[in-house]
Amino acid sequence: MRMQRLLGIFSSPKWIQAGFIAAVFVAWHVLTLSGRISSLFLPSPGAVYAALTQIVASGAVVQAIGTTLRTVLIAYVGAAVLGTTAGFAITRSQYLCRLLEPLLSGLFAIPLTLFFPLFLLFFGIGPGSKIAYGMTYAFFPIALNTISGVIHVDGKLIAAARSMGAPPHLLFRRVLLPGALPVILTGLRIGFFICFATVLGGETLSSISGLGHEVANSAQLMDSSRMFAWILVVIATSFCLVMLAGRLERLRGDLRGGESR
Amino acid sequence: MPTQRTAVSSQLAEVADPWPAHGGEPETAILCVEELRKNALSNSRDASRAGDAAIGIRGVSKSFGDDGDDGRLPALQAIDLEIRRNEFVCLLGPSGCGKSTLLNIIGGLLKPSTGEVFVNGRRVVGPLPRDIAFVFQEDTLLPWYTIAQNMHVALEFQGVPREERPERVRAALEAVGMSEFARYYPHQLSVGMKQRIAMSRGLSLQTDIVLMDEPFAALDEQTRMVLGEDLSGLLEQTHKTIVFVTHSLAEAVFLSDRIFVFTARPARLKSIVTVDEPHPRRPDFMTSDKFNGLRNRLYGLLREEIREAVRQNV
Repeated sequence: MRMQRLLGIFSSPKWIQAGFIAAVFVAWHVLTLSGRISSLFLPSPGAVYAALTQIVASGAVVQAIGTTLRTVLIAYVGAAVLGTTAGFAITRSQYLCRLLEPLLSGLFAIPLTLFFPLFLLFFGIGPGSKIAYGMTYAFFPIALNTISGVIHVDGKLIAAARSMGAPPHLLFRRVLLPGALPVILTGLRIGFFICFATVLGGETLSSISGLGHEVANSAQLMDSSRMFAWILVVIATSFCLVMLAGRLERLRGDLRGGESR
Repeated sequence: MPTQRTAVSSQLAEVADPWPAHGGEPETAILCVEELRKNALSNSRDASRAGDAAIGIRGVSKSFGDDGDDGRLPALQAIDLEIRRNEFVCLLGPSGCGKSTLLNIIGGLLKPSTGEVFVNGRRVVGPLPRDIAFVFQEDTLLPWYTIAQNMHVALEFQGVPREERPERVRAALEAVGMSEFARYYPHQLSVGMKQRIAMSRGLSLQTDIVLMDEPFAALDEQTRMVLGEDLSGLLEQTHKTIVFVTHSLAEAVFLSDRIFVFTARPARLKSIVTVDEPHPRRPDFMTSDKFNGLRNRLYGLLREEIREAVRQNV
């Protein structure tokens, strides 16, 4: 009886997820204790913790997070503005849609990582190249989702609005924008995480500051404990961003009831 | 309604109404298409009569797809007809015959491949929100706005000044007994309630002409009957010209002054049936011999066409 009750409690998803994380740490600890694996490949949790306290205390963490988030933010805002504007502009004509939608999908399918050296060449080793790179990559899902959102707005609603004489700006505000919004928001969310991953990737490849730079730099200096400490910082940062995105989406759901006319 | 009809001195009206010899029954006049077309054409040449009809359709054909395309689908063929002011007409035909296409052409939402449409004497080249309101088959309320906001937005689209809107929204909702649902979202209402709102939104635009595209098609039979009675009553008060697309024989007889019967695709005008019964119509009209006679006559006219439509869709 008691056994079953305990099983019941511990089989809830939260417990299993927590157990999984704990198991990873225990396995990590056991593996390093055995002495079979060089500390260069897998430093002990204790060593990583020590490195972590050191980089936090030195202020390097705050600085690196600041640099990366600033880069991501600029790249993302640029991509969001350009992507939604371009998306809406393209949907104004069926011809443009037929011409550009496949073109954008095709370009998005090319691994733009190949062109990162070009970005470096054009925009230098500083944040500029990462901004341009992140912005370019995030532009595609945002523009594509905007196009898809607008062209999938129920044609009956558009016909009804036209029959009532809706001028273009009201058709946009009252029908197209609210109708396309869920799909556009999905694009904006995908775009954000692509932007974040792309900026980190760019920083890892070649940069002078930021989280990606710190990870790559520690690796080059063969300081594994420090590298793992930085990786933990990146994981924590992206975890916070995911939480924030979820919070924002729920906020939108709450506001929906009071959406103004 | 009958008094208004006599005021319309169209030659068509004079010919169509007293036609006992042809149909056999005094109250049901059926006009042969050829005679009708001759009449319509001669009318169209008479400039003085152009303003009498609320809607004039001259030689309208419509095909979908590009010229020379194998998939080119003819939907309408050489349609000529006139709809008088304050008249309730049904466009009746088998499913998918092109009735809705004709309605969209009248309303300026589609361009005809050939021919012209005149509304209140002016040629239609696009939507005429001041003259024509639509009520569609499916729910076309904007799901992100409340019922009241939807009504408000409709008036905004039409260009009604901001200060007039609240009062008109209130009155329109009251007219269909839906005031208490003003703050609900469409998804919170039943299909019947939504269609009632859509109807009242169409009427709130205060146009002379309302085009209704199978507005009751998604409803169950009981709700259909109630809304049909409501509509018949509302018309009596508002004096509108209504063009109503349906494939329900009973609905057509119950609501119409005249019924335009169409063939299977491509739709051609097959016949015109007149229903001589004053509005508002009561439920007992539905059990009368006159009602059943008309309904059977329509079925007789449509039988072949329905079979043809079924063949086309296999």
